[in-house]
Amino acid sequence: MRPLRYWLQLAFTLVVCAFLVVPIVMSILAGVTTNYFVGIKSGLTLKWVLQVWELYSETIWRSIWIALACLACTIVLGIPAAYSLAKVQNRWTRLIEEFLTLPIAVPGLATALGLILLYGGWRDFRASWLFILVGHVLFTLPFMVRSVLAVMMAIDLKTLEEAAASLGATFRERFLTVVLPNVKPGILAGSLMVVTLSMGEFNLTWMLHTPLTKTLPVGLADSYASMRLEIGSAYTLIFLVMIVPLLIALQWASARKT
Amino acid sequence: MDPIVRDRRRALLLAVPALAVFAAFWLLPMARLVVVGASGPDGAKAYLAIVTNANYFRSLVSTVTLSAGVSVATVAISLVAGLFLQRNRFPGRKALVSLMTLPLAFPGVVVGFMVILLAGRQGLIGEVTSHILDEKLVFAYGMAGLFMGYLYFSIPRVILTIMASVEKLDPALEEAARSLGASTWQVTRDVILPALMPAIISSGAICFATSMGAFGTAFTLATQINVLPLTIYNEFTNYANFSMAASLSIVLGLITWAALAAARSLAGAGVAAAG
Repeated sequence: MRPLRYWLQLAFTLVVCAFLVVPIVMSILAGVTTNYFVGIKSGLTLKWVLQVWELYSETIWRSIWIALACLACTIVLGIPAAYSLAKVQNRWTRLIEEFLTLPIAVPGLATALGLILLYGGWRDFRASWLFILVGHVLFTLPFMVRSVLAVMMAIDLKTLEEAAASLGATFRERFLTVVLPNVKPGILAGSLMVVTLSMGEFNLTWMLHTPLTKTLPVGLADSYASMRLEIGSAYTLIFLVMIVPLLIALQWASARKT
Repeated sequence: MDPIVRDRRRALLLAVPALAVFAAFWLLPMARLVVVGASGPDGAKAYLAIVTNANYFRSLVSTVTLSAGVSVATVAISLVAGLFLQRNRFPGRKALVSLMTLPLAFPGVVVGFMVILLAGRQGLIGEVTSHILDEKLVFAYGMAGLFMGYLYFSIPRVILTIMASVEKLDPALEEAARSLGASTWQVTRDVILPALMPAIISSGAICFATSMGAFGTAFTLATQINVLPLTIYNEFTNYANFSMAASLSIVLGLITWAALAAARSLAGAGVAAAG
């Protein structure tokens, strides 16, 4: 027999869970309901989803493209940076780590304003999707670095590398064939994090986008403000279909990492 | 040259590309922001406007109050739920944890929409209350709506942190306290909570910093309350007052950064905001 305290805590936890999950379910239902004001009895339909696809499919492709480009950038920049932070630990590398985390310690709005004030006059850059990419890379890089660094600190990198070096492996060979394969779980978890965050990024992107470079979250804000509730919901539904598998994979990957 | 020294030097060089990107696209833009912030009619005094100008000060006070309130509430809720989820084993527990961490990466705009679905003009709460109380309860577009939205995006993150640190607690300490006759409440107050303090401080600080800078939720709710990020956005886009937007965002950035730095020196662990 469990004590009363147990049941109270269970009830409380279930209420919190309901608070988090009920609106998700409502938004999914609203996206496939013929008329939300009438309710489910008005029938289920895919017409809103199709309408969203017609209106906004461009933003969906752009978000996927930017997320993948962002992933490529954070891999190329982040893994080497994590390696140097793991390998050399002194005042300077702590400062580097601190630096790289600043874009997530300071609100995205500030970063975006700075980017616009400094580079906004460079028209071609301002109008291209690369302008958004820059913001996303700044914002996601710390997550890649931290995820990879955590694995590097947990494994005995030093012994592995010494063994390889004693067999004649060069610095480059060691990095590519010993370090990288051993930190794969960190790279995987970091990559999922980067893609998930980039797909959902709004604070920076809202400032950095132009009418021709709208991303999915920007389109969402647009539809919430100017379209009927069913369309906003159907659009949210599409976003959830894209982001939820990533989140589940992320939970699985971070469980495996530790 | 000594191979170890050479290795270290090469390893350090690998941080150069990331640092170069950081310098070009974050450090320089921030420096520019600081300069623009002081370029308005009031010069460097613009940095004091947040306390001298009644409008900005009101915006600052309501943002800080909201963020602090959300942080305290989130940590309290997550402590109860997190302790329960980590300490008890029951069927469906894993699924429950997954569900509760699902909103982890929802952008602020989506969270705002969730609040509208719950407490907006056609929301669930309004629907239910109009049946029970004969009065439609709609509070999405004010302080209560913002509070709800900020709770929504904060709880999943804080619960994860709390659960991770509950897992690391040493059960021997609790057993010792219990064997000395301490009640469940005493064990919670004198053993569990102090041991969780670093996690409480760091997750509370992350929650505070994230709430201070949150923009999407308030933007979607088109709220009557001008939280600081909305004030900055309005200065920039609606009034084209670039220097004021710049100085306000520098001040906001300093506040969030300082909150995180203070929490880190108190709690010791890696603390950084997200979202």
